[in-house]
Amino acid sequence: MTKTPTALKVLDAVSVLLLAVAAWMVFAYAPMERTMGLVQKVFYFHVAANWVGMLGFLLAAVAGGAFLVTARARWDLLEVAAVEIGLAFSLIGIVSGSIWARPIWNTWWTWDPRLVTVTVMELIYIAYFMLRQGIEDPDRRARYAAVYAIVGFLSVPLTFLSIRLFRSIHPVVITSTKAELSPKMFQTFMFSLFTFTVIFAALVWHRFRLGQLAQRIERLRLDRES
Amino acid sequence: MSPTTADRPVTGLWRATAAIVWKDLTAERRSRELLSAMLVFALLVILAFNFALDLDPKTRSSVTSGVLWVTFIFAGTLGLNRSMAAEKDRGCLDGLLLAPMDRSAIYFGKMLANLAFMLIVEAIVFPLYSVLYNVNLFLPGLLLIVLLGSVGYVAIGTLLASMAVQARTREMLLPILLFPVTLPVLIAAVKGSAAFLGGLPMDEIRPWLNLLVVYDVVFLAVAFMVFDFIVEE
Amino acid sequence: MPVVSNTDAVIAVHGLTKRFGLKSVLRGLDFSVVAGEFVALMGPNGVGKTTFLRILASLSRPTRGEVWVAGCRLPQEAASVRRRLGVVSHQPLLYGDLTAAENLRFFARLYSLPSPAGRIDEMLHLVGLYRRRHDPVRTFSRGMQQRLAIARALLHDPDLLLLDEPYTGLDQDAAAILDGLLRQIAAQGRTVVMTTHDLGRVAALATRFDVLARGRIVASASRQAMGEAQLLRFYRQAVNGEVAA
Repeated sequence: MTKTPTALKVLDAVSVLLLAVAAWMVFAYAPMERTMGLVQKVFYFHVAANWVGMLGFLLAAVAGGAFLVTARARWDLLEVAAVEIGLAFSLIGIVSGSIWARPIWNTWWTWDPRLVTVTVMELIYIAYFMLRQGIEDPDRRARYAAVYAIVGFLSVPLTFLSIRLFRSIHPVVITSTKAELSPKMFQTFMFSLFTFTVIFAALVWHRFRLGQLAQRIERLRLDRES
Repeated sequence: MSPTTADRPVTGLWRATAAIVWKDLTAERRSRELLSAMLVFALLVILAFNFALDLDPKTRSSVTSGVLWVTFIFAGTLGLNRSMAAEKDRGCLDGLLLAPMDRSAIYFGKMLANLAFMLIVEAIVFPLYSVLYNVNLFLPGLLLIVLLGSVGYVAIGTLLASMAVQARTREMLLPILLFPVTLPVLIAAVKGSAAFLGGLPMDEIRPWLNLLVVYDVVFLAVAFMVFDFIVEE
Repeated sequence: MPVVSNTDAVIAVHGLTKRFGLKSVLRGLDFSVVAGEFVALMGPNGVGKTTFLRILASLSRPTRGEVWVAGCRLPQEAASVRRRLGVVSHQPLLYGDLTAAENLRFFARLYSLPSPAGRIDEMLHLVGLYRRRHDPVRTFSRGMQQRLAIARALLHDPDLLLLDEPYTGLDQDAAAILDGLLRQIAAQGRTVVMTTHDLGRVAALATRFDVLARGRIVASASRQAMGEAQLLRFYRQAVNGEVAA
């Protein structure tokens, strides 16, 4: 288990390659957007990052369910990896959204339902780590975390619906633009989505292995003590 | 050994739930600690809002529902924490776990007791607020929203409180866990309440009611299903 | 390999292992108790006596191994076994704001007892708390709370009584009352497993002495074999790994 499996090495290499290609597509291949200019290109990675963040949380909820049913530690490790990496990507998504909004609408923040929902999701997963930190017994910690991952994820669609309903009754001046995408832009967009998903898979796998390694060290330490 | 208990192996869910609710209400009637803490806190929050928001009569009606719900949510957290702490601190939870009954009774019992406490606080704050700010809060639609919102809040709050109570930082942890997940309840309850207060047509209010009902059903079901994983060891 | 469950065996444990995370507390523990025995379970602090008792009480799941209590396999049949168990732990498991009678009434409801009022009075008389039955438990001394805890444990007439260091924090008088109660309970033919540090007390009460050390039962002796001084020697030797009884 100490050597990185070949599949993961390949995945790493592929991720780097895809990222390079995606960057090229964003800057060279996709045309400049008429009204927003250069800053519009943030959009490709911004949406991809948020999408991956959401994917991370879905994965965490599924892993949580699997842990509760099977009580096998690997599901807990996968859950933690998914939440951590998802958290990071969502943060990238939120910050890139701010960067995009500033020059266009002269504001760092919009109360767009998707943006707010992702932020709330981010807060739920920070709370997730605070929960983990607060529970000392490892078995209990894993069970509680799994429950919260599931509960947290289930609340997200309802949060989104409630904010969207809120917005439709109180229309706000700033609305998020979903400009029409030319074919080249659409291809770039989909490719970015794919690239980020692959990078996500690689990072989760690495983080999962890190968790396994940490567990192994802990086991060795306990064996030595007794 | 003796025939007294052999004939009914496991106590029924509703019977056990009723016993737990009775126990919580009786204990509270004796000590009055929980309700007085929640009530005093609620009134202090309203007072703070009064000065923080500088409510003049015209703007007041539009922020009424917001102030009320934020107050209920904060006071509710207090009640949820204390209710669960009472079981954990003297090891009483073990007593409940040893009983020959479906463990969901613990969830439903605590949930209904917490709901009762929250409704009592709301029942006292409402007339008080009406009098202080000369606003009529006794509309049936509004009371329905209060009920639905409280149920949703307490359904998930009881579940999360039973987890938070095991942590050292339980007073801090419960709000952090609870607020992001109950945001839909807060939004729907505030907007629904404001809509009833403002006399808006039912078409505009119905989506909020639906959202609350969906939330309540989903999270009651989820909490009921996962509660066993929290109390077992 | 399933343990042949002897119809007389109230408890049968085979190869019990309990881990908390990666840490093993009980390692391949074997243990069995026959109806009517009064087993004193001894061992150093932190060795896992409470953990073991909690598993027997169905409050904790075994990581591995077989546990049979009152003919029910734990943890699968835990719900069926609870009715036949009475547990006294070092926390009283009582609600401070309720009175003694209300506490018992609550548990009588949870156990679906058919005529609770009579049974509650009977138990209160047994533990000598009848006169204080309308006082909140909050006002009780530690000794009185422990007595009420025993009343609660006996309320539903269990076959098996599990006690976790019941003498902790009791003064001489309270301890003497507890002695009397335990003697009565033993005389009624109930099976008792009690963990304890207090060798003196246990020497007179128990029919069997088991020592838990290094994750398993390392020694077991019946009462006929020894008095208090011998018991102390037996315990020390078992803990230091010198003798296999």
